[in-house]
Amino acid sequence: MGAKGLLIILAILAVATLVYFLAPKGKKRDGVVQALFLAPMVVTFAITVGIPLVVGVFYSLTDWNGLSFKNFVGLGNYIKIFSQNDYVYSLLITMGFTVVNVIAVNVLAFLLALLGASDVRFSKFFRAAYFVPNLIGGIVLGYVWQFIFNKIFTLAFPVSMLTDPNLAIGAIIIVSVWQYSGYIMMIYITGLQSVPKDVLEASGIDGASGLRTLFSIKMPMIANTFTVCLFLTLVNSFKQFDLNFALTAGAPARILAGKAIQSTEFLALNIYNTAIAKSNYALGQSKAVVFFVILAAVSLTQVYFSKKTEVEM
Amino acid sequence: MNKAKNTILSATGLVWAAIVLAPFFLVVINAAKTSAEIVISPISLPSSFSQFLTNLNNVINNQNFSFWTSFGASLLITLVTLVLLILFSSMAAWVLVRNKTWWSTLIFMMFVASMVIPFQVVMLPLLSVFRSLQSATGIKFLQSFGGLIFAYLGFGGAMSIFILHGFVKGIPLELEEAASIDGCTKAGIFFRTIFPLLQPVQVTVIILNGIWIWNDFLLPSLMLGLNGRTKTLPVAVTAFVGSFVKQWDLILAAAFLAMVPIIILFIFAQKYIIGGMVQGAIK
Repeated sequence: MGAKGLLIILAILAVATLVYFLAPKGKKRDGVVQALFLAPMVVTFAITVGIPLVVGVFYSLTDWNGLSFKNFVGLGNYIKIFSQNDYVYSLLITMGFTVVNVIAVNVLAFLLALLGASDVRFSKFFRAAYFVPNLIGGIVLGYVWQFIFNKIFTLAFPVSMLTDPNLAIGAIIIVSVWQYSGYIMMIYITGLQSVPKDVLEASGIDGASGLRTLFSIKMPMIANTFTVCLFLTLVNSFKQFDLNFALTAGAPARILAGKAIQSTEFLALNIYNTAIAKSNYALGQSKAVVFFVILAAVSLTQVYFSKKTEVEM
Repeated sequence: MNKAKNTILSATGLVWAAIVLAPFFLVVINAAKTSAEIVISPISLPSSFSQFLTNLNNVINNQNFSFWTSFGASLLITLVTLVLLILFSSMAAWVLVRNKTWWSTLIFMMFVASMVIPFQVVMLPLLSVFRSLQSATGIKFLQSFGGLIFAYLGFGGAMSIFILHGFVKGIPLELEEAASIDGCTKAGIFFRTIFPLLQPVQVTVIILNGIWIWNDFLLPSLMLGLNGRTKTLPVAVTAFVGSFVKQWDLILAAAFLAMVPIIILFIFAQKYIIGGMVQGAIK
């Protein structure tokens, strides 16, 4: 840190203290305290999220190169990205991956939750064990699974899944389900445990079978948990980056309309590669804005659905 | 539940547990082999324990990985961020709850709405904003721990404030009035009565942010650089993998070292970690 920087920080602290002690005791000083209490979070938020968001949307309308921009190009970047095969392909496979991943993770997680919430022997151990992969970041897990696909599975199969354009997406789904289902399972368990015991006893006395209780009592009663889990997996699948980056890095290439493109490059990785690897900041930023709009739409849908289920309950 | 059904279910559960844990087992056994041994038999048990130590030693002292430095960097960044985040977001949440004015509602809504924003849409302009701040003030934002912690406060604040906000709402105002009558200043009221009461939900905030920051790759890789002097653990693992032509014995040894700290933590604080991550998701 330079001397100038240190001076600025000290000056800010000095002004804050001065304002505090100069303010007359009572209401005024309380106001100063409140402002000082809010300041750290508001300032860091404004600088890291607020300003970059506004500036970012603006940059997406220019020929920004990461440092400066010369021309305002209007919607030119947006028209350009949607005319690029690799981007449209990336958008489509990300959506496909998201759909398959959401279904696979939730089906498995719900089944595991039934097991983990039951009084089966070892159920406590199961919960902890299934959760473990969520502690480790996608980067490290990606490299570990690259080893497993290339060195372990090849003992049984002639070629690695990671070298085939279609199977490589399957490989990402396998790892993602393996990692994420334990986490979603815990949320379903929390939901299942919130179903009141007396309701379950009543259905038992009425002679309902285990499956009947599951479908007619437990599942409707945890409708909210389903909404939470579905949207959580939806958003996280759509944002998948770390695993994608470490496991396949977009490879292998596939030929589409006479051009070679990366077959497993999901949107987040496509944005990263466009901006960082190819230094095309304006295009990368435009892709990121589209990414944001899609995610915002998904979140608004979630709010709508949660409100709806709340009303029905 | 009858006995046969119980046995079948727990056997199924054990099979899935074996599948879930197998990758970790494979990491450990192969981190204890030489490259040649891995090529011959990647699923056999290692022949000697000393190879494990040799591999770990090679990795720890490798220039791209430099385990202790990156481990220290990750630990420092995570801990300092968590301390500041807990303090600042509790302060902010309290002010936002206790003021029922248009601006407090506006600020709170802004934080809540911002949770929708994906990192990707702000990461590129963030770098340029930091670069401008750096040249304007002389304070190093990029390639510095301080800058990284600053960014984590900005990104982690919204969720933390949101969780704490819900909890502060449940604290009766009479408590503060009593403290005020006893002669407490406004700041005193917060630090003496409110802050200690927030502890249970602060654990959730710590777990949620701690796991995220510890494992985060993209932000530190952009701010510190993949080939920078100091790296966090995930960045170091990537730099290490990039520097070798698939030397799996060493890569797996590095992966092992990167996984061990958090697994040890999990063994001791399992209940809190699972609870924190689940509570954070539900809220």
